[in-house]
Order: sequence, then C-alpha cells, then structure tokens
Amino acid sequence: MSAAAWVQLAVLVALLAITTPMLGAYLAKVFGDGPAPGDRVFGPVERLLYRVAGVDERSEQRWPVYARALLAFSAVSVVFLYGLTRLQAHLPLNPSHATAMSPALGFNTAVSFVTNTNWQNYAGEASASHLLQTLGLVVQNFASAAVGLAVAVAVIRGLVRRRSATIGNFWVDLTRGVMRVLLPLSFVLAVVFVSQGVVQNLHGFRSAHTIAGATQQIPGGPIASQEAIKELGTNGGGPYNANSAHPFENPNPVTNLLQIWALLAVPFALTFAFGRMARDRRQGRVVFAAMFTLWIASALLAMQFETHGTPKLSALGADQRAVATQSGGNMEGKETRFGPAASGLFAASTTGTSTGSVIATHDSLTPGGGGVALAHIMLGEVSPGGVGAGLYGMLIFALLSVFIAGLMVGRTPEYLGKKIQAAEMKLVVLYIIAVPVVVLGFAGTSVLLRTALGSTANPGPHGLSEITYAFASAGNNNGSAFGGLAGNTDWYNTTLGLSMLVGRFLLIVPALAIAGSLGRKQTVPPSAGTFPTGTPLFTGLLVGVVVIVVGLTYFPVLALGPLVEHLGL
Amino acid sequence: MSDTALADRPPKREEGGPTKSERARAKKTGGPSMFQPAIVRRAIGDAFVKLDPRDMAKNPVMFVVEVGSVPTTFLFFRDLRSAGGQENLFAGLVAAWLWFTVLFANFAEAVAEGRGKAQADTLRKTRSETTARVRRADGAVEDVPSTQLQIGDLCVVEAGEIIPGDGDVVEGIASVDESAITGESAPVIRESGGDRSAVTGGTRVLSDQIVVRIATKPGESFIDHMIALVEGASRQKTPNEIALNILLAGLTIIFLLAVVTLQPFAIYSNAEQSIVVLAALVVCLIPTTIGALLSAIGIAGMDRLVQRNVLAMSGRAVEAAGDCSTLLLDKTGTITYGNRMAHEFLPISGIDETALADAVLLSSLADETPEGRSIVALADSRYGLQARDLGPDAELVAFTTQTRMSGVDIGGRSVRKGATDSVRRWIEDQGGTVPADLAPIVERISTAGGTPLAVADGCRILGVIHLKDTVKEGMVERFDALRRMGIRTVMITGDNPLTASAIAAEAGVDDYLAEATPEDKMARIRAEQAGGNLVAMTGDGTNDAPALALADVGVAMNSGTQAAKEAGNMVDLDSDPTKLIEIVEIGKQLLITRGSLTTFSIANDVAKYFAIIPAMFVGVFPALDTVNVMHLASPRSAILSAVIFNALIIVVLIPLALRGVKFRAAGAAAILRRNLLIYGLGGLVSPFIGIKAIDLLITALGVK
Repeated sequence: MSAAAWVQLAVLVALLAITTPMLGAYLAKVFGDGPAPGDRVFGPVERLLYRVAGVDERSEQRWPVYARALLAFSAVSVVFLYGLTRLQAHLPLNPSHATAMSPALGFNTAVSFVTNTNWQNYAGEASASHLLQTLGLVVQNFASAAVGLAVAVAVIRGLVRRRSATIGNFWVDLTRGVMRVLLPLSFVLAVVFVSQGVVQNLHGFRSAHTIAGATQQIPGGPIASQEAIKELGTNGGGPYNANSAHPFENPNPVTNLLQIWALLAVPFALTFAFGRMARDRRQGRVVFAAMFTLWIASALLAMQFETHGTPKLSALGADQRAVATQSGGNMEGKETRFGPAASGLFAASTTGTSTGSVIATHDSLTPGGGGVALAHIMLGEVSPGGVGAGLYGMLIFALLSVFIAGLMVGRTPEYLGKKIQAAEMKLVVLYIIAVPVVVLGFAGTSVLLRTALGSTANPGPHGLSEITYAFASAGNNNGSAFGGLAGNTDWYNTTLGLSMLVGRFLLIVPALAIAGSLGRKQTVPPSAGTFPTGTPLFTGLLVGVVVIVVGLTYFPVLALGPLVEHLGL
Repeated sequence: MSDTALADRPPKREEGGPTKSERARAKKTGGPSMFQPAIVRRAIGDAFVKLDPRDMAKNPVMFVVEVGSVPTTFLFFRDLRSAGGQENLFAGLVAAWLWFTVLFANFAEAVAEGRGKAQADTLRKTRSETTARVRRADGAVEDVPSTQLQIGDLCVVEAGEIIPGDGDVVEGIASVDESAITGESAPVIRESGGDRSAVTGGTRVLSDQIVVRIATKPGESFIDHMIALVEGASRQKTPNEIALNILLAGLTIIFLLAVVTLQPFAIYSNAEQSIVVLAALVVCLIPTTIGALLSAIGIAGMDRLVQRNVLAMSGRAVEAAGDCSTLLLDKTGTITYGNRMAHEFLPISGIDETALADAVLLSSLADETPEGRSIVALADSRYGLQARDLGPDAELVAFTTQTRMSGVDIGGRSVRKGATDSVRRWIEDQGGTVPADLAPIVERISTAGGTPLAVADGCRILGVIHLKDTVKEGMVERFDALRRMGIRTVMITGDNPLTASAIAAEAGVDDYLAEATPEDKMARIRAEQAGGNLVAMTGDGTNDAPALALADVGVAMNSGTQAAKEAGNMVDLDSDPTKLIEIVEIGKQLLITRGSLTTFSIANDVAKYFAIIPAMFVGVFPALDTVNVMHLASPRSAILSAVIFNALIIVVLIPLALRGVKFRAAGAAAILRRNLLIYGLGGLVSPFIGIKAIDLLITALGVK
C-alpha cells in the first residue's frame, strides 16, 4: 500500500476518532429522557407534527405496540413507494420521461428503500422520475434510517431500564431521528458536497456536443442532497446508476473521504450513545472496539488485495506497482481519480455499513477483495453496520456471546445485569437464523434454476459469487451489487425483495421483543462475580463469536466462490 | 447490656470431633467412584437402550446425529456388494463412527446417572412396608400398614421400630438412627417441640418412645422424593439448560441449512457430494460435544450435591445457587461455634490476676456447660491452674434462671460467677460494695461483642470473665473467597447490634442483621431481591419456613422441622449450615462446566471446516489444497479423521463433564480469562492437533 493510501486511512480514522464521541454524546441526549440540545429549535416543530398526527409524545409503548407502529409505518411506506414506481409516468416532475416500473421491479424497489437496503435493479437517471427520487426514495432514505435508529435506541432502553413495561414511543423516536440527527447532518454535508462540485439542480437530461462531435446526454438532479443522506443513512441508493463512482455524485478525493466518513459516522457514534445511556461508557467502547476491529481488518485486507493487483499479470511482465505515473494495483472497474486503495477502503466500508454505495465495480475487484466485501456483508452488517441496525445487531451478538461464554464465570448469563434466559435465547436464535435461511436458501435455489443462472455474467466460481453476493447483500440489507448479475428479472426482483423484507423485519421484531423482555427485568447489581463485558477480552470474544458463529456458516459457499478464485490466481 | 445474655443461650449443638460435613467429605473420598465397573457396565447397556428415537428426540443435537447415521448405514449396506473397495469402507467407517458418537453421548448420560441409580436401589430397600401403630382420638392404638397412613395420624414408635412415615415428634424424645438417608451412623436426638422435631420415614428409633404426627401421604415421603431425585426420574431441564438447548437447536438448524444448501452449490460447481460426506459434515459442525454432555453435566452436578448429603429438590435451585449474590448466614452454628468461650480474665484493680483465676476455676470446676469447661481450660492453659477435686464438703450452686449465677460454697468461701447485675445485687444484698471500675470493664467487653461474667468471692467482686463467641476456624478465609467471587455475606443474629458488629468484623462478613426476628429476615430477603440479588440462606425452625420459601436458595436442615424442610428447595442431611458455601460452589462449578464445554464445542468448528471443506472439493478445485492446512492425507481420511475426532472428544471429556471443571474462588474476570484460554483457545487449537493425529493413525492403518 502506498503512503497516500495510509494517509487516507489515517485521516479517516482521525475524523472518526473526533466525531464518534461527540456525535455519540449528542445521540444519547436526543434519545435520552432528559432535555437535549436544540430543544428550543426542534421542540415546537416536533410538537406541531405530533399534534397533526395525533401522537401523544409523553405516552410510551410496550414492545408489541412499538413493533406494530413500526411495521404499519413501513407497510404504508412500501405501498406508497410501489404506487409511485408504477404511476410515475403519469405524475409530475418527470423530465427524463421515466416509464412505469414492472410490478416485480416496483415491489423490489419499494421494499429495497423501505428496508434501508437500496438495492437497485434499475438505473436511477433513466428509470426513476425526480418525483419518485425526492418524494419516494429520498424520504425513505431518511425514514428507513430513522427506523433503524429507533430500534437501536429501543433495544438500548430495554437493556438499561429496570422493570419497565415500555421501550419508548416509536413515533417520537422516528421524528427525533429525522429532525434532530439525519436532517441537520445531511444539510451540512450536502452544502459541503455542493462546495466540492456535487450537482444540485432539478434538470433532466441535457444534450451536450463533445469535442469529438458526438452527442452526450448529461443528467441533472438534486444530487448533493441525496448524496448526503445516501451515505449518512447508510442507504446507498444513488441517483445515478454508477453511484458514487459518478463524478457528479463524488467528484474528488475530498468528497470521497467525506462519503466514507458519512457511512461510518452514525453507526460508530451509536456505540458511544449506548455507553452513555447505559451509564457505563466502557460498555459502549467495547462494542465500538469490536465493530472497529472487524471494519479495519476488512479495510486493510481489501486495500491490500486491490493494491497488489493480480499476480498472474505481474508474471506476464505487467508493472502493477504504484508510481507517480500510475496508481498500480488492480484498476479494473475503478475510477482513476480514486485508485485501488481508496476503492478497497470504500468497498470495505460500504459492505460493513449495509450501505451499498460503491465507487468501484465489486465484480471487478480481485477475488480476494471481492471475497472480503462478500464476507464482510455476511458477518451480519455489524462492523459497524447500518444506522441503528449495526448497533442492535451487535448487541444481539453480545447477548449471544454472553450466553455462550458467560456461564464460564459460574453464573447464569447476564448482560448489563439483565439475565439472558430461554425467552431471550429463542429470539436471539430467530435473529441469527433468519438471514442465513434466505441467503443460503435463495442462492442455493438460484444455482439450480436455469432462468436464474442465465442472469450471471460469468460461469464457475465467479458466477457463484455474483449470485451469492446478491442474496447476501439483500438479506443483510446492504444493497450493493457485485455487478455482473442481471437482477431485473421476476425471479430476482421477487426473491431479493423477500430477502430484504426478512433481513429487515424478521430481525427488527425479535430485537424489539428482546428489548421488551429485557426491559421488564430487574437488573442484577454488578459485583466481582459478574461476567465482565466492559473489557478488551469481551471485545475479542464478541469478534470471535461474530466470525465463528455468524461468519463460518457461509464458509462453504465462500470457499467455492471467491476462495477458489483467489487460490487459482 | 448483655447482662441478660446468659438467660437466652442459643440452642446447643454437638461439638468436638470432626464436623459432619468433614465426615461427609471423608466418606466421599472413600465413596464409590463414578467409574466403578458395575456402574460402567450398566451404563454401556443403557447407552444402547437410549438409542430409542423417542428418547433421543429430547436432545435435538444428538437426534440429528442419529438421523444422519441411519441413511449412512443404509448406503454402506446397499453398496456393500456392488461398490466395495475404499469408498464403501469409508461409508462403513463414517456410519460406525456416527453411531459411536450417539452411543458415547448416551454413555455419558448413563454414567452420570449410574451412581444415583445405585443409591436409589439402596434407598428402595429401606422403604419396605412397615406396620404403624396409630393412636386414635380415644387413646386406642391400632395397627395400620404404613402405606395406608393419613396425614395427621399419630403413630407410636418405640425403640427398635422403624418410623412409618415423615412427620413431627409431638410427644417424647428419642435417639434415632438416620443412617439410611444420611449415611451417618451416629444417632441423632429427636424431640417434641422446638426445632429438632422432624423425623423421616424409614429411619429407626434406637431408644425411648415417641409419638409422631404424620405429615406426608404414603408415596410422597421424603425417601420417595429422595429416590426420585437421586435416580433422576423426575429430572427436569433447568432454566439455563432449556435456554442452552434452544441455542444448540438453533445452531443445529443453521448448520443443517449450511450443509443442505451446500449440495446445490456443489452441484453447480460440478462436485456433487455423497450423502455420507454431507452427513459427516453436518455431524462435525453441529455442537455435538456439548449436546452429548449437557445432560450428563447437569446430572453430575446434582450428584455432587447428593455426595455431600444435600438434596436439591430441583435443578433450578442448583443453578440459583451458582447465581447467588447474597448469603444470609445464621451467626450461631454457621459463623461461630455457638458457644461462648472464656477469652480472658479481667481483675478489678487491686486484685491479683491469679487469685481471680483461682476463684474462677473454683466456681467452674463443677460447671459442665461448654462455657464452664472453656473457663477451666483457660485457667489451665494461661495460669497453669490444674483442675482439682473439690472434696466432699463443697456445695455446688447450680445456675437457675432466677439467680442467674452459679458457683460453689467451699471452706467458708462462697464463690459465684454470673450475669453482672445478678452478681452486683448479690453483693449488695450481703452489704458489700461494688467497685467503681467494674462498670468500665463490663462496658468494654460488651462493646467488643463479648459476654461479661462477674466473679465474686464472698462480698467482694474479684473481676470479670470475658466470654466470647468464637468464630469458626477458616471462616474468615471463606468469606474472603466469597467476596472475591462477588458474593456478599450477611450475618443474621439475635444479638444486639454492638455484639453483632463486633463478631461481624471479626468474621469478616460484609453486613449483619442484629436482633433479627423472622420478619426482619423476610424483609431483608425482599430488599435484597428487589435490588436484583439472589439470596441463599439456611434455616431449621418453623419460623424460618417463610424465609426459606422466599429465598432463591433455601437450604433446610434435616434436623429441622417438617415445615422448614418443605419450605426450602434443598435439604442438608448433615444439618451443617456452613455447607451453604459449598452448595454455592457446586452451583458455580456446574455452570462453569456447562459454559466451558459449550465454548469448547463451538470453537472446535473452525478446525473441522478446514479439514472437511477442502477434502470435499479438492477434486474439482485442486487449488483448495492450500486450505488443507493440516496436510491430511486424502479427502476420505480427512473427513473420517474429523468424524472420529468429533466422537472421541466426547469420550475424552466425559470425566471432565462428570467431575466438573476445577473451581477456584476468584473474581469473574480472572475465571473468565483462565477458562477462555483453556476452553476457548484450547477448543480452537486442539482439534487441529487431534484430527492430524487421527489422520496419521488411520492412514497408517490403511485408509486411503
């Protein structure tokens, strides 16, 4: 790796080191019980919204009510989005004359954005009107991220409250997440993006005549505003098909670094918010450290693989070193303004945050780099994971770790003083089973179906990677596409859509149920006999459990896909 | 303020010689081993009996193994003629080892049950039907078979007779041989009223006659419960075991899914796998080690309690014992010997210390109470004064609750010792004066938690005996150990706060409850539980019953009342309250063993993946041989080695599962570090070594 690559990584880590505690403290206040900064600004607006919607902001909900509210909100969102995709041709703000999406594609798109996945089986500039983009997709970019935030804080409340029947109010959490976290952050970031040259207008295509005499269609759109929430909300669905590789979305290394930071900022910060709300900051730091370890390991691996390029090419005499005149490494499917190291870093970050935005084609990464991206998704999106989803995912894995190893101290397992018993374990098991069922089930079926196999661009292990990546991405609500797979078929639109639904709501409901169950419990006061969950040892344990229990499930398919390819180099 | 102390002496307990728990421990080391040939033989047979799928279905992990071994076996026999050769041999070996895996698991459980079953057989013999002599309301006595007794029947039992059922002594006092249930040959005293009234059916009256009011229905007696408990007939999964089973079932489903979906991927990769290989992979990945040993661990934990003469009425109680964060310990008998012993003799100014000692000795020569004997002993050890015969003219003055003094009149001297205010009144009645420095001395002793006994000779007060409640040896260290484990100890005593605090400080308990009434005890338990603590306590009296029922772990003394025994969730047959600490340790050890083997089992998977996955696909993708880090000889030997390791590790770990992971009193952080290193890291590394070794061995034996 070149010095420039190390500098990028160092600047990013430094940025995160500064913003994570600050943002964490802010989040803890926003979702805590006491007053929060900005109450005077946001308070009146929020109260007005509550009055209009008929929400009593002081009444809290038991977990089933919370879950029902969340599911109802999401269901209405899916129906609304589906309507937009089907009717966009007849609705205003459609300068590029996008036509109605097919029912399967409409379902896939609607589910994709509501589940914070943002898998796109369509090209944004041609197939989505500005109305669909702004009123539908961008709204969901905010709303789906805020839903994730809400679940995360509900789970935190379940862990830290004592004998509490309620876990918060979904409508309040949702509103606060949008109003006080996502909107302000996005606004600032969008302005910075505009200053760096990211496009922000309401134009359709413009014809331009190139110097060579050809005609080129230049797309427009409210890009900077979408770009900010696309990354901050770990959504990943770009207004353009090329996503963050497009110069109008991500023009230069500064915006690129900011985009990576934006992916990671809120998910990492939530761990500190958790520590503060638990009144034991070590607990938050331990979760942070586990997430950080997995993320930095993936980033270093992916960067390493991409900067090293392909050994077979070197054997043929190709110069793959990074020198002043070339970036070196594996440049296939990459933007020259970013190069292999930044592309590896971005790939690891986007797959670790369930975002799915890309600056390079993952299909064209080296088998090692692509394998890292795939494996990183398969770890369950907890490093640091999607907004909210990463934290509650990691907390569920913490419960699992405590349950497996906790007995070793001679007490029945407890986390933050809450006993982990049969009721919680049922839910934890449900949580960890749901995603492998859809990912392995649908991928396994797809490789046996001729129609499904027809969508792959490559035969052999690479084709297997393409299919597996698609379902891993959808099931874990990542949304990045490996590429190479023509996903806009009825089979993939439907199965990927179902995977997204399962990967979102069959995790959220058990997570909320766990929050409800734990919230009702009494807290066992900590003593010398308590399993220590605030130590580096627990970080190691947590990482081990994520890798062994969650990750190893996919080892066979990883071996037949990227591993075989990599070893064949 | 403790001048009245002499009047309310605590109940006395036997003293001297080894404590009962010490005897129990001695018995244990000399007792039957878990692996004695008879038990092992019976267990081997049981291992096959347990193959019944209806039994197996209760253990999802092992059930999957059994289900996997059926088609594997079928394939072996189907191809026996047609295919033959290495492939068929391979199928046969995999099938055999899958069956072994199931059998080893069954064997582990059967061995764990073995000692209990043997014990149950012995107990059954004592349950032989007897004839009870029931006294009717009109005083007539009629013979009734013990199986037809009703609750409330009054049975007359004489020396040499077997007590026909559980109950309380309502009339008389007798010595009873309870060795049938406690294994303790020394007889115990059972008497009406008080806290030693409970008798157990099947035990034998050795002397005197008692009338017992029957308290349980025939068939529900203590011995019946005991048989069911030690035999494990009514064994139910404990809460944590249920939760762990859910996790194991979940992991089994995940790995089943991973393997079932592997076939399509394999077909896609032109490397379709045989059922034999897939079954082998499933069995290696699902957590068979802990699945095989889980119930054995639980049974062995209960058995360890039984070996220490503690009967846990439910496994839940054993788990709760491990979880306990607060122990309520009665001072008397648990923390202290319960007898105040002479600590020092403090003379009034102007009195020679030896003269005081001599007077004290005189007053106590005829005193057979433990206090009296301790005074004689102290006079001897510190002042070299030998006990002597008082001679015929000495007139002993016995202690009465009126005078609250005792002593001797000899040769014109009247020596008395007793409660300070009594002695003071006695002196004043004789016209003597009470020296001014008596009060400060008495005050000092009281403050230190001791009991002052004033000593007078004629109308002179000579000094004060400092009696002290002596903390049992080793208690300070045990409380230290408990503190390291994160367990708080609360001393319960009827003493006044001053005395209580002094003894609490000396013993090193964390807190105390002085002048405790049963209501105070209940309130304390409620408060602890409200704060999230789990409370363990011991008790024997009827007024302890509500507290025993309320506590998370309530250990009733076998010598206690029937009510107490019914309220608690454990009964200590030795009636040794100190054993509560051991019970907590056994509970912790059970949980640690379970957790260690779970971690070990899950960590094992990594190596198995590295053994089997390359073996499955190296034919199509030769590059995968790089992942064959153990350099296993051939795909078949690799898979077989993993299966064999997976089966043998169960056998290797049976002794650990039954004896329990060594428990040390330490903080959770230290225990975790240690166990995570041994069972986590060990679990990662050991299969790499084991599988490689097996591979070398079977290759040498001709598996290709």
